[in-house]
Amino acid sequence: MALPITTGQAAGPLEPGRELTAAGQRRWSALRRFSRAIRTNRKATIGVVLMAIFIFVSLFPGLLTHQSPTAFSSDITAAPSAAHWLGTDNIGADIYAQVIDGTRNVMILAIAVGALTTAVAMVIGVAAAYLGGLWESVLSFVTDVLLVIPIFPLLIIIAAYFPNAGNLVLILVLSFTGWSYTARQLRSQAQSLRNRDFLLAAQVRGERSFYIIMVEIIPTMTSLLLASFLNNALYAVLAGSGLQFIGLGKSNNVSWGTTLYWANQNAAWTTGRYLWFIVPGLCIALLGVAFAFINYAFDEIGNPALRPLSAAKARKAAEASTRRRLASHGARAR
Amino acid sequence: MRFVIRRAGFFLLTLWACLSLNFFLPRLMPGSPADRIIAHLHGAVSQATVRAIELSLGINNTQGIWTQYVAYLGHTATGNLGFSYSQGEPVSEVIAGALPWTLGLVGITTILAFILGTAIGAVAAWRRGSRFDSVMPPLFVFTTAIPFFWVGMVLILIFSVYLGWLPAGGNIGQLAIPSFSPSYLGDVLVHAILPALTLLITGIGGWVLTMRNNMVTTLTEDYVRMARAKGLSSARVMVDYGARNAILPNLTGFAMSLGFVVSGAILVEYVFNYQGVGYYLLNAVGYDDYPLMQGLFLIITVAVLAAILLSDIATAILDPRTRTAG
Repeated sequence: MALPITTGQAAGPLEPGRELTAAGQRRWSALRRFSRAIRTNRKATIGVVLMAIFIFVSLFPGLLTHQSPTAFSSDITAAPSAAHWLGTDNIGADIYAQVIDGTRNVMILAIAVGALTTAVAMVIGVAAAYLGGLWESVLSFVTDVLLVIPIFPLLIIIAAYFPNAGNLVLILVLSFTGWSYTARQLRSQAQSLRNRDFLLAAQVRGERSFYIIMVEIIPTMTSLLLASFLNNALYAVLAGSGLQFIGLGKSNNVSWGTTLYWANQNAAWTTGRYLWFIVPGLCIALLGVAFAFINYAFDEIGNPALRPLSAAKARKAAEASTRRRLASHGARAR
Repeated sequence: MRFVIRRAGFFLLTLWACLSLNFFLPRLMPGSPADRIIAHLHGAVSQATVRAIELSLGINNTQGIWTQYVAYLGHTATGNLGFSYSQGEPVSEVIAGALPWTLGLVGITTILAFILGTAIGAVAAWRRGSRFDSVMPPLFVFTTAIPFFWVGMVLILIFSVYLGWLPAGGNIGQLAIPSFSPSYLGDVLVHAILPALTLLITGIGGWVLTMRNNMVTTLTEDYVRMARAKGLSSARVMVDYGARNAILPNLTGFAMSLGFVVSGAILVEYVFNYQGVGYYLLNAVGYDDYPLMQGLFLIITVAVLAAILLSDIATAILDPRTRTAG
């Protein structure tokens, strides 16, 4: 449910020269620029490193823990110890194992919802802009309605009808309610392209609408799509964990939100079991930060005006402003 | 004026869409809501009781679905939202009791977050490259990505459990008697601090980042250079020439952020047992109290739509361009 951060034109129009270079070469140089950007932009570096850690944990949880995250034991709500690094929960299961094993579920949720939402938004947004007429009115109306309806209460109500909803239901529900903002962005981007020469050329060639949308329009929106994917993945992490935290969703699903739900149910802060909720919550925050930082770094890469100035540049700018101030003083004196 | 009427028309249509959603959602889902309520009653239930529950839910199997739909729309329009069996009073009364708390909490924190966030964003852009600007944006990217409920839990841990300064939950103390006395109002305030702080911490980042980014673009405009060349004071250039123009997208963003704030308010009310709309919504979900759920969803939607309409009107007054476009 993160507030999408608008930064003016996210994806600029195509640079004219770029269309002429060979596709393969273009991809290589983009990749090189991309990797340099990750190394030089501190936010991107932090985001990518955090993301790599989470991906590693979700792929190989077995390397980090051998305990079961759901096994009952007589050792309930135990304090952290050598056997249970973060203690145990109300049924005696190891909380550290829940955090490690829960990573996979959260990552699947984030990536699946990020991709599905962006895909739905892409189809609806681009179709609305390209098809025009009645289609445009209907699709735009649906998009705008979904945009202003408060989504989280709606999610709660839908989830209430699915007691014991697993990850799959959560993914579908989040995806089919969360696409509206992206769809509107993509629609206006596609509208600005509608009368460009290369689309008219494709029409004259006699290509079908579907082909034009998939092959001619969508590739020009890659950076916007990537930003949407990251934004929607962040939304999925926060909204999904929120729903699990309030107890909607399967209560034995191994996930950070579920662990937090049980910590809250057992008032972990009054019994001194702080790590029970601090660690899973921090994991949600760090994964969210990874998505947000990578996204923000992309924005800075795409829009140099947003970049933080380097120290040398800042000094130069300060000197310039002093000079301006002196000049204005001079002007005033006159 | 035509702009406002067109927007109002759109909101009426949206409201109708929400009502239809409210009506058809339970009927599309597997299982009957009445069955689930009966399951909560634990035990043998007579045919007459089943019938009464179905009637109270507006389920009438003898009528066609469209007749029921029209009846539902009629009831809602006249303010009859049904009876909440988990609270034991009409839905409209539950709402009347809960709404002021949520409106107060959400309204004040949203306005505070908007003012503070916009100011911080403007200053960060103005002092671009300074230490302030290199610390603030990453910090606020971080705060936008942390979950509301977790911030609330950590604040409880610090301020209630560890320091013992503030109450961990509830809207008022257990012994407080509602009145306009200073002690009661103080009690209300003390209970609102932590929930409000939670919403503020997680909500402010969006405003800061949007404002900074807009302001950075605005400050490169010629009229800003012109203002400087005229020798106007820095504060005047920053506020009247930069911030005043950069704030418009933030006003439009106000509408977008409301959904975000509402979701935050629900989670925060849950963590703090703050008995507002969100608290009762989750309670209703816990008891399968469908009339209350639908009524609360409706009132949340109406509140959000009204706020968006107001911000649209404000934008239209402040920015003539929006009156002709879209």
